[in-house]
Amino acid sequence: MLEVMVSFFTDYTLRTIILGSLVLGIVSGALGSFAVLRKESLLGDAISHAALPGIALSFLIIQSKHSFWLLLGAMISGWCGTILLLLVSYNTTLKRDAILGIVLSVFFGFGLVLMTFIQRLPIPNKAGLGTFLFGNASTLLAGDVIVMGVLGFIAVGILLLIWKEIKVMTFDRDFATSLGIPIKRLDVLLTTLVVIAIVIGLQMVGVVLMSAMIIAPAAAARQWTDRLGLMVILAGLIGSVSGMTGGILSSLVTKLPTGPTIVLVVSFLAFFSLIFAPNRGILIAWLRHQRNRKRIAGETMLLNMLLFAESDTDPYHPHDMGALHAIGRSGGQKTMKTLEDDGYIETPEKDVWGFTELGYKKASDLKKERDTV
Amino acid sequence: MTDQWSIDVKDLTVAYKEKPVLWDIDIQVPQGVLMAVVGPNGAGKTTLIKAILGLVPVAAGQVLIFDQPYKKQKRRVAYVPQRGSVDWDFPTHVLDVVLMGRYGHLGWFRRPGAYEIELAMKALDQVGMSEFANRQINQLSGGQQQRVFLARALVQDADLYLMDEPFVGVDATTEAAIVDLLKLLREQGKTVLVVHHDLQTVTDYFDWALLMNVRKIDIGPVDDVLTEEKLRLAYGGRTSYLGKDVTMNLETT
Repeated sequence: MLEVMVSFFTDYTLRTIILGSLVLGIVSGALGSFAVLRKESLLGDAISHAALPGIALSFLIIQSKHSFWLLLGAMISGWCGTILLLLVSYNTTLKRDAILGIVLSVFFGFGLVLMTFIQRLPIPNKAGLGTFLFGNASTLLAGDVIVMGVLGFIAVGILLLIWKEIKVMTFDRDFATSLGIPIKRLDVLLTTLVVIAIVIGLQMVGVVLMSAMIIAPAAAARQWTDRLGLMVILAGLIGSVSGMTGGILSSLVTKLPTGPTIVLVVSFLAFFSLIFAPNRGILIAWLRHQRNRKRIAGETMLLNMLLFAESDTDPYHPHDMGALHAIGRSGGQKTMKTLEDDGYIETPEKDVWGFTELGYKKASDLKKERDTV
Repeated sequence: MTDQWSIDVKDLTVAYKEKPVLWDIDIQVPQGVLMAVVGPNGAGKTTLIKAILGLVPVAAGQVLIFDQPYKKQKRRVAYVPQRGSVDWDFPTHVLDVVLMGRYGHLGWFRRPGAYEIELAMKALDQVGMSEFANRQINQLSGGQQQRVFLARALVQDADLYLMDEPFVGVDATTEAAIVDLLKLLREQGKTVLVVHHDLQTVTDYFDWALLMNVRKIDIGPVDDVLTEEKLRLAYGGRTSYLGKDVTMNLETT
């Protein structure tokens, strides 16, 4: 760790990767949050695949591998794909996922054809274009990071400026329209911002896996907070950490591709969040469910015993398990043991149970509670 | 300037694909009335409200709000959508949702400040939800969600309120809160349009009614509109479907 920190100031490649990941993570996390909340997670997938022909075309036309031109091409074709998608969805009854699938495969297919075509052309300097498929952090130059930084700054800046409009239209589209907010124009703007976020990550993560950087940090962040602002910040943080970890790992280990490594890290964080987050996590939900089951089993048993108690002159008279089960199977030995530990029931002999004073009172209270509901 | 009608709808027709949902609707709603929009399922009640707000494309006809198109009057109108139309798992809290009612007045780039928060808290108080201001919206009951939506409409400080089925699936507390609120709005001279399903309570809660089934059947004071004959026209003689014969019930009241 210390080594990495020292080399941040000395190692050019590492510093570039770290700064690049930071930009990539913040921008894709922030915009991804809205994509996920708008239930448009797969939009990122379509956009990133649609960017590939733009990269190839830009190289064919300008014959430069400067990231500015390549990313500009990526942005234009990604944007075209998106607009096509929005137009088809506004004007037909085709379902959104079908349109996404069509746009994605058509653009990606076209991009692959162009890439193969370029490989056969006798032009120099064409090696390395393929890194846009799976990303390669070690090819990142300081100039690339500057391009990424400027684009990211613009995207996040616009997002902050129209924050409240985006928020209300994400939450309640009809209400936002009734306020006079130009929904369709903001749809296009927001999607354009997602295009920018994706283009920023293409060099490091690649077109194939970039959508994971849009979805996973946001999905992970949603698990930990119920506030929109905090979710966006957390998503940015998770994105940055994943980008940095994946980027550094892949630059330290030879032949480890950057994109897949970053995606593995971010997916791990997302899974971790899905399972272990407080409130929304799967684990806590399961535990809550078990606790409820136990409580209900215990309460039902107490109420069943109360039925016996009320028909007897002595409410504390113990009954055996068989009789208790006859009115309703509400629990086994475990339930009885828990109730005994809580001091509600006692067992004078094996499989015979009776109320304690505390238990009788508890059961009577429960019955009153049930009757009033 | 005195506006003659709060809502003036002329020859309004709305169609989804070929099937007309609203057919040649003409209605004029005077100011300051509390009006129920009544009709069977699929009568186009929600569509009418959405058409008034410009949320659905109109095939023919025009809608004027206080003598002008909706676009010019949007700040004088507050809309309460069906609460099932939004995702209540959205990461935000009650106060924040209510503040959204001020976004139209704030305009671009301005954030809600102390004044907006004060208005929002007042509105929450009016619907009995002030303790819930910081509550996460996914922890609200159906009735509480409805009251949050009403508070959001209240802070809009509008002259015309359009509410889509606020009484559906709410608890008794919420129902009472909505009724109180409707009375308060009428006292303030506001016009309120409420899509309403429960024919039993229409005469108790509202002074005007619009009875419709794709076409307008009638509009006017409740007692003139909800007659047995007209109800049969709207419901196709199946008014007894609603548990007991509601037209009988109406005649005795």
